[in-house]
Amino acid sequence: MSEVAAENGVMVSVNNVVKRFKVRETETSEADESGMMTALDDVSLEVKTGEFLSLLGPSGCGKTTLLRMAAGLLEADSGEILIGGIPVREPRKDACMVFQDFGLLPWRTVLDNICFPLEIDGVSKVERENTSQQYLDLVGLRGFEGHFPHELSGGMQQRVGIARALMRQPILLLMDEPFGALDAQTREQLQEDFLEIWQNLKTTVLFVTHSIDESLAVSDRVVVFTQRPGKIKRIIESPVAGDRMGSDVRSNPEFVSARAEIRAMLRSER
Amino acid sequence: MPTTNKPTEVNAAEPTTMSAYFKARPNLIRIIAVTAFFIFWEFAGRQGNELFMSYPSAIMVAAWVITLEGTLIEAFIASMVPFAIGMAISIVGGIAFGVIMARIWLFEYIIDPYVNALYAIPRLALVPLITLIAGLGLGGKTTIIVSIAIFPIIINTYAGMKDVRGSLLEIGQVFGASERQIFFKIVLPYAIPFIMAGIRLAVGLGIIGMVVAELFTAVTGLGGLIVRYANAFATDRLFVPIVVTAIMGVLITQFVQFLEYRLSRWRVLERERTAQ
Repeated sequence: MSEVAAENGVMVSVNNVVKRFKVRETETSEADESGMMTALDDVSLEVKTGEFLSLLGPSGCGKTTLLRMAAGLLEADSGEILIGGIPVREPRKDACMVFQDFGLLPWRTVLDNICFPLEIDGVSKVERENTSQQYLDLVGLRGFEGHFPHELSGGMQQRVGIARALMRQPILLLMDEPFGALDAQTREQLQEDFLEIWQNLKTTVLFVTHSIDESLAVSDRVVVFTQRPGKIKRIIESPVAGDRMGSDVRSNPEFVSARAEIRAMLRSER
Repeated sequence: MPTTNKPTEVNAAEPTTMSAYFKARPNLIRIIAVTAFFIFWEFAGRQGNELFMSYPSAIMVAAWVITLEGTLIEAFIASMVPFAIGMAISIVGGIAFGVIMARIWLFEYIIDPYVNALYAIPRLALVPLITLIAGLGLGGKTTIIVSIAIFPIIINTYAGMKDVRGSLLEIGQVFGASERQIFFKIVLPYAIPFIMAGIRLAVGLGIIGMVVAELFTAVTGLGGLIVRYANAFATDRLFVPIVVTAIMGVLITQFVQFLEYRLSRWRVLERERTAQ
């Protein structure tokens, strides 16, 4: 899988993507005469191999739409998205998703949820349960294999979601506000734990968030979107990119100034 | 009530503990009520005309006698055969029908009015027609049972499959599951609690169908005993097949409920959690 990814060190390229949705007239004033609303207007960007890139913006800016297109759930009206040099036409098995609402199957145990992708691939039960051990350890779910999702806290459920996405050793992780449904403390804990996992695996990550702090704390670069129609306002290098682990990045003066800068940028949008 | 003073509270506490004691023990209340009912029935029944009303001790003696004769067992088996076949057809056919209705829109559009119409009319009205077509034997009886019991299974299977949230289907899509895999790994497991509830309803209806079939077709089985003893004014014996039918209904329903609980535990627990 890594051969396709090696091309020019670019994992994902988004080329002039436009996406428009049909809306009811009463729903929004942003629709044009034909009742169409532009969610993404000529967006282009590149995610380098091994990079952790955040898409940041107010709700409705099209960042989730872009992620869903990369996941192969939506088609662009024009332009294209390439993963490892290949245009996305349908969900790719080596680009795995982590959902905001965790996306677990409630009738399956933790173990069976984690094994789900390999079950789809037709991997034998013994083999997929062997593979799962490593990821159960990685996300700290050892001992919870037999639990059902509803028996776990939100943070634990998302650990299941992360382990499941890692099971195929994907070349790309697509994360749709994965920590958005968690309380502040759990959220920071999971950010930290996930960064540690990421630094070991070095998987490319495309991460959607509406939290400025989160985007700066976790990613290498932050793509700031404008309000509808969604365009890229600016791409910012996180000042704490090289030094995210173990230190309190949020009190770092460069972090503070970057945060102020982005906040001003988003405010001028209104 | 924040204005209530201390002494009143203490006084009010006295009767509350009495009622709280009984409120916490529903089975105790039930046993007392049932015992009182049987005692009343026993005495009232002995006063009345035995041709029209029997009483518990006489019924128990009658049960003993017809059990020893072998009549009861024979009738029970005669009833269970069409019941078992009818339920098996209702479960397999009902699930298959519900699945096809939910999956194939053309079939749904064509069949939907018939299912709704058949569900709406009292199915007992069809019994004479069914006996004309399917006869008075095992075929007729089984058809009557299926005609009554299959509907809640069809409707619940259909409802369960249509109820699957888009976000659950998306999990399958994102991980590249085929249509077939999405059906067997997401849609069907999601619908199982619905299907089980349909089967539980179908058991109750199937027992009604079983007795009705025996009253209207060749007089056999437990329903046949009811007719025969009623015609002979043997009121004490008449109660025995009625009680056996009731016990059978309770036991089978309990069993299905147990299975339903086992298979739908995730749903119950999930609901409890979201309610918190």
